[in-house]
Amino acid sequence: MSKILVIGEISDGKLNAGTAKVMAAATAIGGEVTIALLGADVAAAAEGASKLAGVSKVLKVERAENAHILAATFAPQIVELSKGYSHVLFPGTAFGKDIAPRVAAKLDVQQVSDIMAVHGASSFDRPTYAGNAILTVDAPAESTIVATVRLASFTAVAEGGSAAIEAASTSAVLPTHTRFVKLEAQKSERPDLQAANKVVSGGRALGSADAFKIIYSFADKLGAAVGASRAAVDSGYVPNDLQVGQTGKIIAPELYFAIGISGAIQHLAGIKDARTIVAINKDPEAPIFEIADYGLVGDLFSVVPEMESKV
Amino acid sequence: MKALVSVKRVVDYNVRIQVKPDGSGVVTDGVKFSMNPFDEIAMEEAVRLKEKGKITEIIAVTIGGAKCEETLRTALAFGADRAVHVKEEGDIQPLTAAKALAAVFKKEGANLFLLGKQAIDDDANQTGQMVAALLDLPQATFASKVELEAAKVTVTREVDAGLETLELDLPAIVTTDLRLNEPRYLKLPDIMKAKKKPLEAISFESLGVTAAAGLKTAKVSAPPKRSKGVMVKTVDELVSALKAKGLV
Repeated sequence: MSKILVIGEISDGKLNAGTAKVMAAATAIGGEVTIALLGADVAAAAEGASKLAGVSKVLKVERAENAHILAATFAPQIVELSKGYSHVLFPGTAFGKDIAPRVAAKLDVQQVSDIMAVHGASSFDRPTYAGNAILTVDAPAESTIVATVRLASFTAVAEGGSAAIEAASTSAVLPTHTRFVKLEAQKSERPDLQAANKVVSGGRALGSADAFKIIYSFADKLGAAVGASRAAVDSGYVPNDLQVGQTGKIIAPELYFAIGISGAIQHLAGIKDARTIVAINKDPEAPIFEIADYGLVGDLFSVVPEMESKV
Repeated sequence: MKALVSVKRVVDYNVRIQVKPDGSGVVTDGVKFSMNPFDEIAMEEAVRLKEKGKITEIIAVTIGGAKCEETLRTALAFGADRAVHVKEEGDIQPLTAAKALAAVFKKEGANLFLLGKQAIDDDANQTGQMVAALLDLPQATFASKVELEAAKVTVTREVDAGLETLELDLPAIVTTDLRLNEPRYLKLPDIMKAKKKPLEAISFESLGVTAAAGLKTAKVSAPPKRSKGVMVKTVDELVSALKAKGLV
């Protein structure tokens, strides 16, 4: 039977919503699942993790050095914790992508990046070429399988569990060669882009940071998160953490609005799992219309305010 | 100060990827290849650091078959001083690549290793982190700003919450994200000059590297297609369609 270690991600002191999706992948693999949480104080996150369905145990790994997430200090501790586990799973977020390969290399195993489907304990689908070719890979079953999970491919497990919470200690000597300086976080009252049911994204056609106001306003009316194409981020209309696409965030909302976004392959890679895609663009030839469920050719500056008044 | 930059030859980002009907891979015959765009950004950053006098030598390295020499020549045209070609055919997975690159980094006594955060073919996003792990060195992934000093490098990283800044003691590994810089267009004189720059071919064996056990690809398939939906003419039509589905 598999023994799975899920590395939980903590954002603002709480369990990141992605962990419940990693749990879905762990459940598909089957076996006993432990969630490990590293931080200086992980009490609140551990509480959240213990409630997820399918969790047997939550490990609190609290050390002063864990106050900031650093791959160089987290990886040796995770390597230590991984003893006796068949799988170590990370969310396919900036957090997991940064740390997982460092753990895999220390365990001398290849890593499976971005699991999008589970066929068995060691057989998985993963995307390559911006999602245009899906590989079914078999990992050597005799060694630990280290993997990241593509969150957009899984539905979060329900709450309702009540797993035991245990303190775990790690003895790894941690390097001091990497130091946290600062985090410039974009504070927002809007829903989190990666967890939102509805997302409104704007592209280059907005033309300025100021014009993006109509996107924010429409999103607020819908209770939606705001996203953007790479072009809009590169042009400085919005901060980088709003980028949706191959190298930005991969999302799977129920409803996605692509406004003034032409639909480059790299952007489409980030929205393929959206349930319903609505595209608004003045160019009838825009590739976004090839994959949109609803397309409207028109000037976004008149269409968006009109939509806002009618929804 | 020496910088090592690894560059990978990949299917050009503009190519529409076709999966072979027998599920054995993607079509690469007659397809344009170029340097992985993230590695171009790493190359550009190294050259800018050299132009600022922070780096004295840039060594470009790649792993792969004979055709990868073109990619190294591109790196030399960017401004690398010399190139190392780890000549190995076949499927080289990230951990194996990382072992070879770590060996080259050590052998060259470089202080900074710049490489793209991921290659746009396998989209693995692993190699830089693995090199750092194998050498027990600091890493900063997804860099959008790099400030190099004599004994440390300060890196701003693109993370899910925003921008994070880390300070790393040298030597260090930095993987580059899209917004770090915009790579220059290569000029003909630089391309001509690159042909005369030194390029050394070595092997895994000479580096003392053996391939790590790999993932086996059982099959390659095309993703499920999204079908084209309906075009609506007015906002009213759109809003009522979305309302009918309970979406707004």
